[in-house]
Amino acid sequence: MKQALTAVVEDICRRYGNDRTRMMDIVIAVQRRLGCISVEAMECIANAVNSHRVEVESVVTFYSFLSVKPRGKVIIRLCKDIVDWMKGYEEVADAMAKELGVTMGETTADGALTLTHTPCIGMSDQAPAALVNDVVVPNLTPERGRQVVRELRRHLDPPQLVTMLGDGNNAHPLVHAMVRNNLRRRGPVHFSDFESPAGLEAALKRSPEEVVAEVRASRLRGRGGAGFATGMKWEFARNAPGQKRYVLCNADEGEPGTFKDRVLLTERPDQMFEGMTIAGYALGSDAGIVYLRGEYAYLQAFLEHVLAERRRRGWLGQDILGRKGFNFDIRIQLGAGAYVCGEETALISSCEGLRGDPKNRPPFPAEKGYLGCPTIVNNVETFSAVSRILEKGAAWFAGMGSERTTGTKLLSICGDCRKPGVYEVPFGITARELLDLAEADNPGAMLIGGPCRQMIGPERFSGRICYDDLATGGAILIFNRARNKLEIAEHYLDFFIHESCGHCTPCRVGLVLLKKAVHKVVSGAGEPADLDYMRRLSYIISQTSRCGLGQAAPNPVLGALENFKPLYADLVSDRKRGLLSTFDLSKAVVDSELRVGRLSRYV
Amino acid sequence: MATITFTIDGKPVSGQPGQSILKAAQAAGIYIPRLCAFKDLIPHGSCRICSVRVNGRIQAACVQTISDGMVVENDTPEILEFRKAILDMLFVEGNHYCMFCEKSGLCELQALAYRFGITAPQFPLLNPNRPIDLSHPDVYLDHNRCILCGRCVRVSQELDNKNVFQFVGRGYQKRLQVNGEALAATGLRVADRVTASCPVGALMKKRVGYAVPVGERPFDHQPISAEWHAKQEA
Repeated sequence: MKQALTAVVEDICRRYGNDRTRMMDIVIAVQRRLGCISVEAMECIANAVNSHRVEVESVVTFYSFLSVKPRGKVIIRLCKDIVDWMKGYEEVADAMAKELGVTMGETTADGALTLTHTPCIGMSDQAPAALVNDVVVPNLTPERGRQVVRELRRHLDPPQLVTMLGDGNNAHPLVHAMVRNNLRRRGPVHFSDFESPAGLEAALKRSPEEVVAEVRASRLRGRGGAGFATGMKWEFARNAPGQKRYVLCNADEGEPGTFKDRVLLTERPDQMFEGMTIAGYALGSDAGIVYLRGEYAYLQAFLEHVLAERRRRGWLGQDILGRKGFNFDIRIQLGAGAYVCGEETALISSCEGLRGDPKNRPPFPAEKGYLGCPTIVNNVETFSAVSRILEKGAAWFAGMGSERTTGTKLLSICGDCRKPGVYEVPFGITARELLDLAEADNPGAMLIGGPCRQMIGPERFSGRICYDDLATGGAILIFNRARNKLEIAEHYLDFFIHESCGHCTPCRVGLVLLKKAVHKVVSGAGEPADLDYMRRLSYIISQTSRCGLGQAAPNPVLGALENFKPLYADLVSDRKRGLLSTFDLSKAVVDSELRVGRLSRYV
Repeated sequence: MATITFTIDGKPVSGQPGQSILKAAQAAGIYIPRLCAFKDLIPHGSCRICSVRVNGRIQAACVQTISDGMVVENDTPEILEFRKAILDMLFVEGNHYCMFCEKSGLCELQALAYRFGITAPQFPLLNPNRPIDLSHPDVYLDHNRCILCGRCVRVSQELDNKNVFQFVGRGYQKRLQVNGEALAATGLRVADRVTASCPVGALMKKRVGYAVPVGERPFDHQPISAEWHAKQEA
């Protein structure tokens, strides 16, 4: 038994060159083979890659999809994001749990099936959805949930659940998914007439410096949400001293309510890979990595196929398009369930085979990134835009959008609307126009940019989507007037607590304290001073946290406090002086009776 | 080497290129409180006690390198409020009972609380359920008092050339783990430098507790300060 395990693990490690920086690939492969990464397996990996068991354990225990203990052969991960919850998550969860005879988080007695939940899997336009191992099951109902369980009991083979294939490349044999693109509006940049290698050919007509200059002239800003000028980032990395440079693509689309990169990856992978190749040329880099979130593992085989095809055509590999000495190739790094890995330095850590902890800055990635080398990290949509900018020129791109935010933006719109899906719109469009496009149903609030940004009320629906007003990485969530904004804020706070890496004190501890305060108010035990306390604590967390996650995590609460003032205010009331509102005397008496094992009064 | 000049609370300070704000301040005798920063270890940037305002933005002084003309705010009411809050978070996150802790009087967490005038927590206690590892003959690990500063992780790696400690889990579930079933199985020796690296009473030598009488302990008369750190690092 032990020998068999050793042989399997050693073989996997060898496949990755016994290279500890490929730890993510190794542990994912071990889990796929053996069901979990046991203590014995961790010891074996540590020996093979010349590391330590506790180092392997630190990686394995960081990622939600990895496990030290055995779990079911098939794992049903029900997506528990706010949109799923609005569309009936609880009923589906109940139905599936009953059918399985387990509670949430448990495995059936025969070790066959585990039922658990997970944050947003990028299917908010077809919620409630679940991941069954790597297979996406969208549009769940309680009946469909029961049916899924019954089928799985019969064959324990998730791919057999796929009945009706989705549109476009979702029906490609290597994708074979029930996912739908819901591409509602095509625009000129991403979903138009691009054909490889038009962007790359145009790039090779210029010098690398000229390519960077072209990207600068387009005034393209990072599409992941932070909006850093892409050309400037490239220039920093290009000018940084170093032998080797890396081009990383952030396909770890994890912001709840975002799914636009999923559609780009499905329908326009060439355009994205080409943008990376152009970056490789501009920076003098020969290696790129796409960090693909674990939730999108179902796209991996297809993306590998597209890469192989590009190599075959001479668009990747040695002497690309016949240009002597221009060598560039791309590998895909799969993630394993960690929102924080969308933060660029955490993404780099994960690619290096480490815990997905963000890194301290300075140094910045452009100077010292992946394996200590100058590195750029850009979003899927950013690379996709780069291909078009080189093909059609910076002026063409800069002619679209608003003055300070050029080009178009892909938005994933979901929630209370009739037409959830992906929309390519020019920057500068108003929130109200989006509500009309998506046919929103009695909208009372919008979350522009997901929970890491702020929730706005109707008085701000006239705001414009751009970096100077309503900034977004792509998520647009619509809530009707009946939705409880405070519950939504509390839900997202739970999400951030779950996804915090735990490195710095304010994020690790502060968020738990904030959650206590919010819960106290929402449960009706709050006093007016609690609102000030929540504001102050939120401010301390956002100011002193190390990375963007902690800095943004209080936003759902702050947004609800600032933009929906009466909601919290109505819940709090002045208590009698000296009376601690959270102290429940009768409950305390019962608790102490239980502890001492006798009644406190004689009856 | 060219000298860099900048200001801390309006006072001109000079330092070397690549130096952190914390190191430059320490060399100039200016106190910036800290917990996870330790000697010449690679900065961790995790405790955030050394938070300062740099050209308007909050940064960790142990990580941020100095540059010419940089404006650093260190001793301001706002920064003090941040530091007190963060310290308090560390207190309520674990189970800290100073009155009978062996580390009392030489504990850096406690000393900072005294320096900042913290007498009771402003946040609710979280009362976690955490284990104590007594397996090792000479050293014990009390997770109740661990503040996750990572000093032991780095000292073991960088100074002892071992790898006894590492963090596992994430977020509020993150905790210190040893390389083996328990501390006894790790190859840790009492003479390793790591055994003297813990700022609190989490990683402790056995049978040497309460050696210094109350009234004669390092922080009984002097608050934690730049001079104290200078002596430690000498």
